[in-house]
Amino acid sequence: MTNRTTIHLEINGQNQALEVEPRVTLLDALRDHLQLTGTKKGCDQGQCGACTVHVDGERVLACLTLAAQAEGRKITTVEGLSEPGGELHPVQAAFLDHDAFQCGYCTPGQIMSAVACIREGHAGSDDDIREYMSGNLCRCGAYPHIVEAIREAAKVMS
Amino acid sequence: MRDFSYLRASSVEEARRAAAMPATMLLAGGTTLVDLAKCGVTEPERVVDISHLKGLDTIRVDAQGAYIGALAKMNRVAADAAIKSAFPAVSESLWQAASAQIRNMATIGGNLLQRTRCAYFRDPATFPACNKRVPGSGCSALEGVNRGHAVLGTSDDCIATYPGDLAVALIALEAVVHLGDRTVAIDDFFLLPGTTPQKEHAMQPGELITAITIPASPAARRSTYLKVRDRQSYEFAAASAAVGIEFEPDGETIRDIRIGLGGVATKPWRARAVEDALRGKAIEPDIIKSASRLAVEGAVAHGGNHYKIELAPRVVERAILKTGAMA
Repeated sequence: MTNRTTIHLEINGQNQALEVEPRVTLLDALRDHLQLTGTKKGCDQGQCGACTVHVDGERVLACLTLAAQAEGRKITTVEGLSEPGGELHPVQAAFLDHDAFQCGYCTPGQIMSAVACIREGHAGSDDDIREYMSGNLCRCGAYPHIVEAIREAAKVMS
Repeated sequence: MRDFSYLRASSVEEARRAAAMPATMLLAGGTTLVDLAKCGVTEPERVVDISHLKGLDTIRVDAQGAYIGALAKMNRVAADAAIKSAFPAVSESLWQAASAQIRNMATIGGNLLQRTRCAYFRDPATFPACNKRVPGSGCSALEGVNRGHAVLGTSDDCIATYPGDLAVALIALEAVVHLGDRTVAIDDFFLLPGTTPQKEHAMQPGELITAITIPASPAARRSTYLKVRDRQSYEFAAASAAVGIEFEPDGETIRDIRIGLGGVATKPWRARAVEDALRGKAIEPDIIKSASRLAVEGAVAHGGNHYKIELAPRVVERAILKTGAMA
């Protein structure tokens, strides 16, 4: 069956056109069609947050977004947070400084979510950070260090 | 996920025409549709994307009430200053729903159309029996793990709990669902499972939610949403209550009270018996406590969910006292 649709996305500042089946999610388009594997597939059903990316500047779940639906939108993935070879984004640097991960699989999603959380003004207290980061699970349980990292990054970014 | 054909609607009329075709589903935020399509629960042949339609995401609040366009995102409504001030229970119910990412994606219209669902409904491969998925196939939850299932409004065919938060506040504040040509009171919009659990809403093929309106009232202005759950965030309610109160000028006699219940019923539940018992009464702890028991009149447990019959009245009681104490 040739049931394909052509979509145009701006991903990390670059225009991309790709041809996909309508059922292909933004997550699979990024990973399998564009080889941007920084965005992780965890549960693939909207429960873990590993696939968090920014669409038009807002954090969303790439696993529950159809690629076709993102037509004409600006997508930022973890690969687009800092310039290649450039300085790390303050949130990335804070995750390193505070050892805010163990296995690292949830980390790109945590970082993308944290950048948005700070920008939304939801990182004013540890309770706020825990509440507004609740859509990102870490099975290694690095939560105390993740909260620390976001708290510190928020100070740097303000 | 089975493949489908995809149409990006360019007008409400086009979307409605397309939605009238068989095996066709509308796509807004996608958080429910894409999830259930992956589970193999919904298998649309055609998906009509309405997320790019213009002018359906307005949020407007005036002296008459609130108008919220169907495509307004949960997050925007929750954060809206006028909604917070005139309808605090609405904002609070949205903040406590889902996660920040999902609230950025999900729309108000889609929120109302999220499926009333349970773990058995979501897992067709392991549990073929589900009257909601396959009418007449049976209910796996009746004799299964049913800690999260409903105790109010159940039938022999289905005991799945209505999982949403927003509609619980909307039931209490008597919102109205706009379907283009007609309007439906929110309490009539949601259907009891009865013998047709597959039908959850009073919508016909080809209909589309364009907006909801919420009438302004003193009880809406003094309203709260209290959600009790196993995990503090990103979790469905074990029991929740939306309460709005209007006092007499003496500041302690209840002139009007509205109570919605969540997490315990098969649809967003209006606790009218509690309201009737409290209208004209003083807001005193003993009176509130005994009236709150009426919230679970007629409740039926199925083993694992017996605790909800004890929990729900306590949540109602706490929510009433909290609302009464609002500035």
